[in-house]
Amino acid sequence: MAMISLKKQPMPQQEPKVRATNFAEVPLGYTLEMAVHEATRCLQCQDPQCEKGCPVSVPVRDFIGLLAQGRLEESIRTMKAVNRLPAICGRVCPQEEQCEARCVLNRSGRQPVAIGRLERFIADWEREHGWVAADPPERRPERVAVIGAGPAGLTCAGDLAAMGYQVTVFEALHAPGGVLTYGIPEFRLPKDIVYADVARLEAMGVEFRYNVVVGRTVTVDALLDELGYDAVFIGTGAGLPKFLGIPGENLAGVYSANEFLTRINLMRAYRFPEYDTPVKVGKRVAVIGAGNTAMDAVRTALRSGAERAMIVYRRTEAEMTARAEEYEHALEEGVEFYWLTNPVKVLGNSEGWVKGLECVRMELGEPDESGRRRPVPVPGSEFVLPCDTVILALGTTPNPILINATPGLETNRRGCVVADEETGATSRPGVFAGGDVVTGAATVILAMGAGQRAARAIHRYLDEKRQAAAAD
Amino acid sequence: MYRILKKRQLTPVTALYVIDAPLVARTARPGQFVILRVDEGGERIPVTITDFDPEAGTVTIVVQQVGKTTHWLAQHGEGDTLADFAGPLGTPVALPDRGRVALVGGGFGAAAILTIAKELAKRPEVTVDAIVGARTASLLILSDEVGAVVDRFLPCTDDGSRGYHGLVTGLLEQEIAAVGYDLVMAIGPMPMMRAVAEVTRPHGIPTYASMDPIMLDGTGMCGACRVRVGGQNRFACVDGPFFDAHQVDFDEVTRRNKMYRHEERLALERWHQHQGSCATVG
Repeated sequence: MAMISLKKQPMPQQEPKVRATNFAEVPLGYTLEMAVHEATRCLQCQDPQCEKGCPVSVPVRDFIGLLAQGRLEESIRTMKAVNRLPAICGRVCPQEEQCEARCVLNRSGRQPVAIGRLERFIADWEREHGWVAADPPERRPERVAVIGAGPAGLTCAGDLAAMGYQVTVFEALHAPGGVLTYGIPEFRLPKDIVYADVARLEAMGVEFRYNVVVGRTVTVDALLDELGYDAVFIGTGAGLPKFLGIPGENLAGVYSANEFLTRINLMRAYRFPEYDTPVKVGKRVAVIGAGNTAMDAVRTALRSGAERAMIVYRRTEAEMTARAEEYEHALEEGVEFYWLTNPVKVLGNSEGWVKGLECVRMELGEPDESGRRRPVPVPGSEFVLPCDTVILALGTTPNPILINATPGLETNRRGCVVADEETGATSRPGVFAGGDVVTGAATVILAMGAGQRAARAIHRYLDEKRQAAAAD
Repeated sequence: MYRILKKRQLTPVTALYVIDAPLVARTARPGQFVILRVDEGGERIPVTITDFDPEAGTVTIVVQQVGKTTHWLAQHGEGDTLADFAGPLGTPVALPDRGRVALVGGGFGAAAILTIAKELAKRPEVTVDAIVGARTASLLILSDEVGAVVDRFLPCTDDGSRGYHGLVTGLLEQEIAAVGYDLVMAIGPMPMMRAVAEVTRPHGIPTYASMDPIMLDGTGMCGACRVRVGGQNRFACVDGPFFDAHQVDFDEVTRRNKMYRHEERLALERWHQHQGSCATVG
């Protein structure tokens, strides 16, 4: 192991001062030389632990081994046999908690192999050099409706299409990607990458129908009973924003993170008036919350002209849920952090616009039900944080439109669809679900894992149905 | 892509469009709306459904030129297409099976009462009056269509050129005294709906208003359309657009609707400049 360098091959990235003023991607990606060099750090373990840390079981050892030998086509083919969206995963997965956390190099005091960066490299290499063809599958007669073109739906659709099923993806918005498109900013995940992956699915025969709000435009029952689908996968995510319920929350200048990010990411409001949708970003922007969405919102605000972009969080750095990398990027770019600070009121001017956020200082008390120490207000510590835009990044819950329009679909008290963890099977036969609509807001890769398992379960379900019909 | 099958100019600034949208037409109900986008790069705008035909697979909308998007839409005619047309959205409004109902429409809100009037016409124990206002007679739109399906069609004009001389609220007050109503439904500009609510409040007549706040996705995802109703935040796109008009915080929604006034003006000026330069070249 003496030959193996202590550290990961560093990732070239845009300088913080420069990138804080543009929407281009922050990390620039490895060159072929960097990628091969990093790939040779992999020990090619007999029993690779990294793969056990991956929710979709990416064949990490093999794709990296092939990459180290310069066999790029075989490497990407190995990857794509399991994970059809590596360009996305390589960018947004929390590798430090998953594959890379289990890398054997950690044990010798070295940094793990940069699995995420290599995944991104091999996927980008394929996109830039022409798609590597997969063997066309044997066609199957059944049709499957996938609801929602986000990470869960795209994965499920791709896996089913690869098995030969006829798949239609129904999407409520006018563009695919779900949270990958409306939520995650361009500088973290360029939309062209999402659209390229969708084009790839279309080339495999997946049909995309936009502007279809299932539950309103059509129902799950109509898909099964009238429109000729043999199974349905629900991957509608958790898109309903939470609000605080404090005074002043409906003042002009208060956004949910969903609204703020959708205006900018999906509708491209940062290019208004070239694009028609506007957004108002003040000089001082306060983002409430400290998850990945909060980091996305605060860094987006900075890039949209805010002079001061601030995170307001009632707990501390130790309890925040954002990925370390996103937090570091935000710090480098000049985002300010107000820890142990709880907003109690949004203050407005005479025209109904935000002019400040009244906050109270907090201190940590006993652990609460989440296992984190409960923040409690310090009496008399109220103060006003002047700001002209407030963005609420407090989390989201599943959208009830489809759920309310689907009789017999069991949900839990958090409004999530109840589905079997292994198969995605719901209380309705032939109806499967996975991703945030089942778990509540989680990660892209967990949603993809659920989409993958549901695709296998749908395959088994349709196989059994076909055999039962043949036996009659 | 969604094709414009028919277009009819109703006033110099208002047109009716029949759109080929079979899935929307199949499930549309009175009081619902669509979100449309004219082209790539365009804004998503909510538009009330004026009529729908499940057999023909068509949805009718009426759009008045107000901002850039509606001016741009106005330049589209039969055979042209819209990039996006999502719906039907919103909760269909709950309609009564008996009693006397006043449908109050102002401006192009008159078009929005048509689906409701048509549905109520199917209910024999419901009597419907349409009280429809405009500045002047030529701006009263769809009078024949609405008139054909209601018991009484009662136009009002600011200048007295047709029907009652004055605002819809004046005539509504008069009719409450004359015939009385069990339900009032108002669709139109925010100040009109608010004034209607104030007319019916002392009489204790249940009153619904169709809220038209700022909206982005129209599916409950962004929360931009939140309206305070009885002290609670409700999303107009999912829970609405109809709410109890006596409970709506009109002040707040009116203020919120001005949030992009500057940008709206900028976009429209830029649009007019662009049109001007194109005309010169042409």
